[in-house]
Amino acid sequence: MMSKTRCLRSTRAALRSLPSTSPVTPLAVAARSRSLATVADPPVRRYGGLKDQDRIFTNLFCRHDHGIKGAMARGDWHKTKDILLKGDSWIIQTVKDSGLRGRGGAGFPSGLKWSFTCRPGTRARWGFGLTDAVNKPGWEKDPRPRYLVVNADEGEPGTCKDREIMRGDPHKLVEGCLVAGRSMNATAAYIYIRGEFYQEASHVQQAIDEAYKAGFIGKNACGSGYDFDVYVHRGAGAYICGEETALIESIEGKQGKPRLKPPFPADVGLFGCPSTVANVETVAVAPTIARRGGAWFAGFGRERNSGTKVFCVSGHVNNPCVVEEEMSIPLQELIEKHCGGIRGGWQNLKGIIPGGCSVPVIPRSDCETALMDYDSLKDHNTSLGTGAVIVMDNTTDMISAIARFSKFYKHESCGQCTPCREGTTWMMNMMDRMVAGRAQEREIDMLLELTKQVEGHTICALGDAAAWPIQGLMRHFRPEVEARIAEYHAKHGQVLFGGKLLSDADTRYALPDNLGGDATRSIASPAA
Amino acid sequence: MLRQLAARSLARRSGAAPSGSRLLHSTRPVMADVTLTVDGKEVTVPQGTALIQACEAAGATVPRFCYHDRLAIAGNCRMCLVEVERSPKPVASCAMPAMPGSKVFTNTPLVHKAREGVMEFLLANHPLDCPICDQGGECDLQDQSMRYGSDRTRFHEITGKRAVENKDLGPIVKTSMNRCIQCTRCVRFANDVAGVEDLGTSGRGNDLQIGMYIEKTMDSEMSGNIIDLCPVGALTSKPYAFQARPWELKKTESVDVLDAVGSNIRIDSRGVQVMRIQPKINDEINEEWINDKTRYAYDGLRYQRLTTPLVREGDKFVPATWEHALETIRIGYQNSGAQGDEVKAVAGHLADTESLIALKDLVNRLGSENLTLDQPSGDAPPVTGVDVRSNYLFNTGIENIEDADAVLLIGTNPRHEAAIINARFRKSFLQRGAEFALIGEKFDSIFAYDHLGTSAKDVADFLGGKGKGSGKGEFAKVWKEAKKPMIIVGSAVTEGKDGAAVLKAVSQHVLKNEGKFLTSEWNGFSILQRAASRAAAYDIGFTPSPSSASVKPKFVYLLNADEIEPSSIPEDAFVVYQGHHGDLGAQFADVCLPGAAYTEKASTWVNTEGRAQDGRVAVPPPGVSRDDWKIVRALSEVIGNPLPYDNVHQLRDRMWDVSPTLVRYDNLEVPSFEIQKVGLNLLSSLSASTPSSTAFKKPIEDFYRTDPISRASVTMAACSKAFTKKEYTFSDEESGDKQASFA
Repeated sequence: MMSKTRCLRSTRAALRSLPSTSPVTPLAVAARSRSLATVADPPVRRYGGLKDQDRIFTNLFCRHDHGIKGAMARGDWHKTKDILLKGDSWIIQTVKDSGLRGRGGAGFPSGLKWSFTCRPGTRARWGFGLTDAVNKPGWEKDPRPRYLVVNADEGEPGTCKDREIMRGDPHKLVEGCLVAGRSMNATAAYIYIRGEFYQEASHVQQAIDEAYKAGFIGKNACGSGYDFDVYVHRGAGAYICGEETALIESIEGKQGKPRLKPPFPADVGLFGCPSTVANVETVAVAPTIARRGGAWFAGFGRERNSGTKVFCVSGHVNNPCVVEEEMSIPLQELIEKHCGGIRGGWQNLKGIIPGGCSVPVIPRSDCETALMDYDSLKDHNTSLGTGAVIVMDNTTDMISAIARFSKFYKHESCGQCTPCREGTTWMMNMMDRMVAGRAQEREIDMLLELTKQVEGHTICALGDAAAWPIQGLMRHFRPEVEARIAEYHAKHGQVLFGGKLLSDADTRYALPDNLGGDATRSIASPAA
Repeated sequence: MLRQLAARSLARRSGAAPSGSRLLHSTRPVMADVTLTVDGKEVTVPQGTALIQACEAAGATVPRFCYHDRLAIAGNCRMCLVEVERSPKPVASCAMPAMPGSKVFTNTPLVHKAREGVMEFLLANHPLDCPICDQGGECDLQDQSMRYGSDRTRFHEITGKRAVENKDLGPIVKTSMNRCIQCTRCVRFANDVAGVEDLGTSGRGNDLQIGMYIEKTMDSEMSGNIIDLCPVGALTSKPYAFQARPWELKKTESVDVLDAVGSNIRIDSRGVQVMRIQPKINDEINEEWINDKTRYAYDGLRYQRLTTPLVREGDKFVPATWEHALETIRIGYQNSGAQGDEVKAVAGHLADTESLIALKDLVNRLGSENLTLDQPSGDAPPVTGVDVRSNYLFNTGIENIEDADAVLLIGTNPRHEAAIINARFRKSFLQRGAEFALIGEKFDSIFAYDHLGTSAKDVADFLGGKGKGSGKGEFAKVWKEAKKPMIIVGSAVTEGKDGAAVLKAVSQHVLKNEGKFLTSEWNGFSILQRAASRAAAYDIGFTPSPSSASVKPKFVYLLNADEIEPSSIPEDAFVVYQGHHGDLGAQFADVCLPGAAYTEKASTWVNTEGRAQDGRVAVPPPGVSRDDWKIVRALSEVIGNPLPYDNVHQLRDRMWDVSPTLVRYDNLEVPSFEIQKVGLNLLSSLSASTPSSTAFKKPIEDFYRTDPISRASVTMAACSKAFTKKEYTFSDEESGDKQASFA
């Protein structure tokens, strides 16, 4: 333990002394300080420091023309016809080779997912017949059209990557729709843009119009003989519409409520047809992958976490930003290099939420070792999510921050299924009390139990997303919550379960023993 | 089982794509069997079966709130979670199809924990008002909380429980929305079965509410079913509010007689009163639904009843003993001097089969053939004839109408004449994509139809390939391409002046397209009766001879005849009324004999399909009223021409002699293919005038007031006001008076 602490301290010292372009990961230092000289250390690969020529999104900051002229100058629509002519299996194989995983949060391998709509299935199928009709060889005979649905309903608090992509590089998205659509033999793409993103929707629409005009999409797209349409659908801003099946319902004109799965959208999706729902970033990187090759993309990041990723860092950093970086970049490096470090220095860091508000928070100690990829963050009991890094320094009231998330989930729950509908409200109420400390210590465990009752029992992942931040809070910041409660009790006297003060209880009646009241309290003592 | 076989063969025919379905998602037809293990027990179910069904089949009970066999799957209550091997999370068994080889566990700690969690959430916002809740004793939440609920709550939040404003859905459904657990069964029923598409959810999260979106009544004749569907006490019955507890009630399974469908019902009674009427499941007739008249007209059984024989003295009725009343009739009969056909019997809508046959025997013994029916032109022999059953029955069968792909309605409004059949139409409209067309008066329908005309002339034109709807791309095309077309002729048409012409045109069309209409498994020619007693009357031959129609009667016997045209009763005739309500018919009587209503007698009812069903005694008849056939039997004795049966068994032997179908209960006896063809040939050779262009009229103007029972019912009066006249005044939550007056 001692040696580790020392080692970490030395890491920080080293970090400070090193030029900011090549920081050393704590892990690497730890490896180097091993004492057994007989073991030859494998070469250490460091991630991060994406070079400009390897950036996919070259107009992320919107400094250049987002129109077709600028886009073509940056390489979009370059020989798209050749990509299309290589055929669906080539594109899918390239995407599989690239190791691209869905950028919307769940991280499902994209190549595999795109193959579901038309390939002989690797997917568990269910008995209602439709899956068979889609996945078996001879899918071409299925008379139904197939759709690509692009999820641009970026509502996760802290996330703003798709927004920048659509604002600065809309042609990447439109071209991505065409390439990804070709790979799954889709007839059309629907881009579901969050209602608040007005300018982004305008830019995407402009890009679509320009692409139609240039003959890149529409009938005989890019002269490839392949017909492909792209539509924009603007949502009304409900967070739950970012869930793939709720999004489909919303496009169909119904209330945005997640559907039951199975059947999965690949079998019965938009308008009852096979569909694939993919994130903006996932779709937008497809043409570049196709042009530069799967191996190029796979060369970034650790195994199974390959590629580049747009990170959005917000909160208590000196320079909040959206930046494209290599996957597996150490979290600390990401912040030090691109965001100018934590406000008040690294020591001032309290915790980081590394993937948008639905993933658990990690404390500073974890932030020092975490790499920004799916597997490493999973090892730290959190998740990459959308890559939205929310940084909180010591001035943050962590309980209040998580309580705000609980309120958000309460507000955004669709109300369809019981655990989420009732659980999010209950959790919000309890968190609100925790902020003030108006609770009993035992209620912390009860709250954790409630999160477990919600987690995994709901139709969609919103229930899980509501539960995880609270679990993360209690995992790492429980002493803080307990201290808050103790403070409140010292000031106001004992608090009963549910937040009632013992002093407010009606002394004329016996106190039920399930309220957590003081057992030694004298009953029916006359008010003094 | 037959149903499943039929569905399977249907699936094979219809191919992979859901051709023409109006639903975006429909359950796919079943294909093969799958075998899986539930709690270590192997079970084989058809492919596509929900896991919850497979668990049931294996004998494992799975608790549920939102799942219902006959509704679409919502999967939102999360109570039916089970553990499936190799699945990291518990699985909602209602939403998961049974997979071959999967291992399912319904009784593990994981499952219990999950269900207890869900139950705790459900109870968190559910008011603890079971003692004053009408659902108490038959509440799913109550029952399941006994097993999965905690004995004390952990919910003590100072913010308190959710409070939701009650909705006023009309005079039938009472709401207490605080109790709602958002299972959406009512929403799915309203949308998919009843066709009320404006019942839905608004708001989201914890603010999700069930309602009509705006202040509006739930205008459907099937609305009462959502009360049964509601697993908690959020939707309860307004007329039955605070009347009884389920454990106090005696339950009698019987048959409804307020239309000709013969819905199976369960009569819940306490002492001598019918407290409520619930549906009884019968997949071949009413599935699990009954209409609001069936359900709520029962309070009419308490008002306007004839409880003692009445004899007219001057211009008022005087209560009399049975002896006195029957003697008065004997004297009246003798004094009237009625001979032969001058003795006239009129059978009304609610006459049971036993009394019909007894009355027919009696009248025949008195030398008369003048047996008429209480309907327009009921004095003349029916145009359909009564020799071939298939000429006046609903031959297609209620269950089979779901297979029809094109339906032509002639002069009928199924919504009011047979609401249960109408619900089946909506089902086939949504799921099968059936097409509908109507010739007759337009009505507010729960399925889309093409209106092809209004008169007999339009019928002849359409079937002859002319007129409206025969153009390209219109219903005529659908009709031509239909594999299982179906024609439904309303009973009002056959009674009208164009009846013969319409039947002739229809039967000729059917015979011409015999291959489609008349196969060994499909009969697309149906007559829809609207009165419960009609099919039995035809089966018995309770019809006048051609000559008797011109005879002026001197002695008239009205058996439950309350739709009678006053002018058809001569001033000087001696009139006997036998029935259970002092309605229209009783006003003309010289002697009123109090009979029993359908809840008070063991009797046979033949529905529009020709299916005989057993009505049972739930409560005793009030006062000194008696079983109807016994009254006729007693009268025959007094008149001096005693009928040869002394008990109901002998009477049913007599019914067997007349037609065995009358006592083959619950079986549908379909005439053979050849007989059906003979019947159609008879119809096609009817001597009919040229079809006129007089528009058909709907026989039922007010669905809620069609017979003596519903006319005496307070609830039906309120429904009529709210739904037919659209004069409903919404109750004010503040004052709460109007609601209380009903409670």
